[in-house]
Amino acid sequence: MSGVLVELQKRMAAAVMEPLTRNETTRRIRRDGVAMEREAAAFIKPNDSLSSLERLEIYNRQYWFRLYSSFEDDFPGLQAVLGRRQFERVMRAYLDQCPSISFTLRDLGSRLHAWLTNHKEFTAPKSRLAEDIAGLEWAHIEAYDAATTPPPTPEFFANVTEETVFQLQPSVRLLDLSYPVDDLMIAVRQDAGSNDTSTNNATATRKVSTLRRVANLPPAQIWLAVHRQEFTVYYKRLTPEEYRMLTAIQAGNAFGVAFEAAFANSTMDEADRPAFLQECFHQWAILGWLCEPEIPSHEFARTGELQ
Amino acid sequence: MPANRFNGFTDYGVGIGLRIPHYQHIFEQKPVVDWFEIISENYMVEGGRPLHVLDRILEQYRVVQHGVSMYFGSAEPLNREHLRRLKNLVRRTKTPWLTDHLCWGSVDGRYTHDLLPMPYTFEAARLTAEKIRQVQDFVEIPVAVENVSSYAEFHLSEMTEWEFLNEVVEQADCGILLDVNNIYVSSRNHGFNPLEYVNSVPAERVAQIHIAGHSEFKRYTLDTHDHPVIEPVWQLYARAIERCGPTATLLEWDDNIPSFDEVHREALKANRFLHKQEDLLPSFPSTTEPILEEATR
Ligand SMILES: [Fe+2]
Repeated sequence: MSGVLVELQKRMAAAVMEPLTRNETTRRIRRDGVAMEREAAAFIKPNDSLSSLERLEIYNRQYWFRLYSSFEDDFPGLQAVLGRRQFERVMRAYLDQCPSISFTLRDLGSRLHAWLTNHKEFTAPKSRLAEDIAGLEWAHIEAYDAATTPPPTPEFFANVTEETVFQLQPSVRLLDLSYPVDDLMIAVRQDAGSNDTSTNNATATRKVSTLRRVANLPPAQIWLAVHRQEFTVYYKRLTPEEYRMLTAIQAGNAFGVAFEAAFANSTMDEADRPAFLQECFHQWAILGWLCEPEIPSHEFARTGELQ
Repeated sequence: MPANRFNGFTDYGVGIGLRIPHYQHIFEQKPVVDWFEIISENYMVEGGRPLHVLDRILEQYRVVQHGVSMYFGSAEPLNREHLRRLKNLVRRTKTPWLTDHLCWGSVDGRYTHDLLPMPYTFEAARLTAEKIRQVQDFVEIPVAVENVSSYAEFHLSEMTEWEFLNEVVEQADCGILLDVNNIYVSSRNHGFNPLEYVNSVPAERVAQIHIAGHSEFKRYTLDTHDHPVIEPVWQLYARAIERCGPTATLLEWDDNIPSFDEVHREALKANRFLHKQEDLLPSFPSTTEPILEEATR
């Protein structure tokens, strides 16, 4: 592989991905002390109307504007919670520290929840609320285009024992939240002019002031399933027992283990549990959440090495 | 000439890009459109609405896949997960050929999501051609590479952009998606004669042509895909058609997207050049390709 080409691409990418100034221009001095004008001139030719740095700046700005726009589309709820200024600080820092590692911008926010959890200084005093809403927004994106697994055969259901292992429908995302952010998200999406909660990334102008009022939510612990029916994403509140049982199933545990997990710290009367369980299974079956475990595909392995 | 081995011996007419704001119109009005171009990455997902919409489109229309992030020119190896998903989508759409850009955009697994220009060196041409071949072998359909708009040139370059394009497609034995708007935009930014570029392209490799609008600023020109096609770009298109014959043509309109009818009307303006060229063609097959086309059916 060409060392010259590798070096050029590394230098150019580093320059393009260098954060912009507050005025959205290219920094004159990079954070590592390198003068950007000299750096640009080292590999980019100037022309009659633009210097090397100005030519680089077109790409530098283009990079950041594209990322900002994608991030803003994906996390309108986070913006509503934090307000524009704090949201921008989060956005710039996150995108700088967690640049895209996927060929698709859809995955841009995949590391946001974990990043927020480790960088509470960016979201104080609303850290937990910000983490909850970002987690919900990411779950929504994931549920929107997740695979659909067909329902199990009646025979499979008829032979359920304690050893049975289910797989949860891939679109189901389970969240343990400290704030009722499901209501907030629905308000955000309605405010964006969308009553279809499945529209990933509604881009209409958001009335931020209205949203901020909604955003001053008092805390209340909720357990939530984000799931998709046909092509629409829904939020469904769960009891803590349901949440624990579904989480255990999703982790690949047999039904008996999931059952134990559900009632580990439960205050539910022992006598009520069988009926509760039956009702849960009935609902989950109707929603198509329970599936037979899939046999993993090794298709790609058979096609051989590429490089 | 229109049908060649780089576009699967097809003879597609004038298409437009499939864009979300037009979904409703397309499903309700079922307009007659020769074909749609889709951005592959938007449908390289596991399920849900994107694939549902695509399947509905495929029931009624011909679709060609256009990618934006294969980065043939990136010095790093191809992304296997990307390829796997791309091939799954190829099976779904039955696209006769697929396209992506002659550019780079990722380093050490980090993606810029931009179409960054290549240094026009023999070394870069060799590496890029090698990666195009790998993709072509993997997806098992013809691949055509698109020339990009650019705003920078490198000291390293050893040849012109069109010489580089020639070098790459010869070595890769692949097709060309000739974007005449990109040629125009780059010619404004780098001060070359766009006609010289069009005249230097190996016409027999052109699988498809892109037309689009752009934005002129005081000191540079940006490829914004948010305007109608300007007359000088139509002139480059006319020359390309003169050289290549009537070729599958697609209008790109990605920002400030007007109504479906307006976009389609703008695209169909290409017909005045395509039909003029058809009138000039002799009534008997001028090449062996139409016969090949029959044979492959
Ligand atoms: Fe193009």
